[in-house]
Amino acid sequence: MSNAAILTETRGLFRRKRLVAAAIPAMIWTYLVYIFFAFGVPEMIRTADTKNAGILVSDSYSYKTHVTRDNRSGDIQIAIEGERKGRYDAGISPSWVTLAETTEILLDKGHIVLFGPEEIRYDIPGYGLVTANPGRGGVNAQLPGGDVPDWINASKNRLTITTTAGRLTITRNRSEVFRYFTGWELFFFTLDSPYHGMGLSEVLGKSVSGEAGAIWHDFWTNKMWRHSDVAWAIFETILMAFLGTVGAALIALPLAFLAARNFTPLGAARFAARRLFDFLRGVDGLIWTVVLSRAFGPGPLTGALAILITDSGTFGKIFSEALENVDDKQIEGIRSTGAKPMQRYRFGVIPQVTPILLSQILYYLESNVRSATIIGAITGGGIGLLLTQAIITQKDWEEVTYYIVLIVLMVMVMDTLSGWLRRRLIHGKPA
Amino acid sequence: MADTTFQADSLSEMQTGYARLIRTRRMWNGAMLALFVALLVAGFMTADARNAGGFWNGIDNVFDFPVDVIDEAWEKSHLLPGHFAKYFPSLVETINIAAAATLVGVMVGAILSLLSTRGLARWPSLVGLFRRVSDILRAIPEIVIALVLIFVLGAGPVPAMIAIALHTAGAIGKLYSEVNENASLKPVEGLASVGANWSQRMMLGIVPQVAPNYLSYALLRFEINIRASAILGFVGAGGIGYDLKNAMSWGQGKFDEAAAIFILLFAAIVLFDQLSSYARHRLTTGART
Repeated sequence: MSNAAILTETRGLFRRKRLVAAAIPAMIWTYLVYIFFAFGVPEMIRTADTKNAGILVSDSYSYKTHVTRDNRSGDIQIAIEGERKGRYDAGISPSWVTLAETTEILLDKGHIVLFGPEEIRYDIPGYGLVTANPGRGGVNAQLPGGDVPDWINASKNRLTITTTAGRLTITRNRSEVFRYFTGWELFFFTLDSPYHGMGLSEVLGKSVSGEAGAIWHDFWTNKMWRHSDVAWAIFETILMAFLGTVGAALIALPLAFLAARNFTPLGAARFAARRLFDFLRGVDGLIWTVVLSRAFGPGPLTGALAILITDSGTFGKIFSEALENVDDKQIEGIRSTGAKPMQRYRFGVIPQVTPILLSQILYYLESNVRSATIIGAITGGGIGLLLTQAIITQKDWEEVTYYIVLIVLMVMVMDTLSGWLRRRLIHGKPA
Repeated sequence: MADTTFQADSLSEMQTGYARLIRTRRMWNGAMLALFVALLVAGFMTADARNAGGFWNGIDNVFDFPVDVIDEAWEKSHLLPGHFAKYFPSLVETINIAAAATLVGVMVGAILSLLSTRGLARWPSLVGLFRRVSDILRAIPEIVIALVLIFVLGAGPVPAMIAIALHTAGAIGKLYSEVNENASLKPVEGLASVGANWSQRMMLGIVPQVAPNYLSYALLRFEINIRASAILGFVGAGGIGYDLKNAMSWGQGKFDEAAAIFILLFAAIVLFDQLSSYARHRLTTGART
């Protein structure tokens, strides 16, 4: 071949390479642009609720205490997050609220709100005094002169002042102040517990002096955070994964012998077993979950069975492939000693496939802890259920954060545990 | 583990010693097995007790629902083609969620994996950081991110896509970094000697070596993501899962629609499993037509 011919051929090859190199990114971009419009991204960006995002983020690390005055009777109620579970008993108040004829509420940065017998006053440093006389004629708000700033929303029947120190809302029937605090409220003890508000050293001191049981009881039965329910939910999720995975392995192992070419010469049986595995895998966890929750109702057992059925198919396929790859020499050696078929399987085959089987089972156990969270959200069991419930209420974002942290920790601990077991059982390394 | 070496003076002593060893070992194995079975049984009983309907009550009804669905679908089989046409767009949406999430997740994950492989990392001191990032991305179940994003962005396919893409990025980051470790560094050194920058070294030196493995893992991930996207639909992220949830809540009399969705989903999963396993087989054995 002449040099010129080689040159043209090389150039042709280069051109083709360049074309391919340009075409693949172009195809990916085209697809992404199609997705951008097919999923309605512009519409979604327009309607996305940035206020929700703000609530979510601020609520996840802070909480607010409501001080509410009934404008008809003059009664004052103080409640954390405005929930009944976090309500202070009548006559008791946190240190920043002074209950009296004229109740004084100290907010951050020198902001003071006064709930008088008739008049509500909010002294805003750098702006002035806002007063209101809620009653028959509306809120009757008096603002300092000048333009109304955009953080004050005043109308005849409603006044809302949102500052960095807190928030005051006045309607005809109700006046309410929110004060924000950093942290998760009442995480350890609720207000009805004698240990609420104690420091760590004080609680430790009390537990040493014989109150450990009572302290644990108050913490464990905390109505706000429901620690015992959460612990049960985590346990249920892990239980679902454990029962499902191990059960699937126990069912799949004998069936895998049927599907392996070297153990089942009968083609029809092999075909049937393989199609059964394909069917179980193909129907998918979602459909199994839906079908099973019809029969068994919500709960961890339903989730465990859904995992069990789906993974029987997967394990059957993996195990039968492992069985097809076993070394015949060891089986023949066992046979030469006069071993019966069951003994041949037990001593010739099982030791060969155990490492593969165990490592697959542990790998699936770890991934099934994640699946069990999701399945729990569908069937109603475990931490998945608690998470969806907390998200649906759309206000307990600190609980959502708590559950997310717990789920991530749970998954990571299970990963570490299964990795450790895998190393120990399969590679025989000491712990 | 028992001590496996012993001194023996005579044959009979050796035999008794061996028998003793075997006995201890059997005893240990038996104890472990008993413990394991006890755990399994106790776990089953706990799960059974905490379930709304018990196992033994429910076991009789397992087939009631499938039988209802099949009966109804059979009776109204003339309606099925119409239902298929009706729900096909939802199926396409579910598959699009999975495909877009796989695409984005694999691209992010590939970069993460290169950044967290020793010897290839752009910033060698940050290898640990990028590994932790992919660990955390992998640990968060998709449903968590999806539900939070639905609250902010509103129901639709995008939250599901982002959720699956993030999880995929974490999983791929780990898988690919294992692949990267086996890649030869010689092309990278050659490229470095002619002054190529990091992204050029990776694109031209590493990616061509690992592309078949990358593609094979990406296809496997796509199979997994189709299932995940159907499940996320069920909790409100759109696609065929959402339709299934609605069809289920209509209850009896509308089970033909549920049956149509079951069949569509089943067919899609089997089809994509087969396609991807065929393609992966081609990639790993390097067969060409």
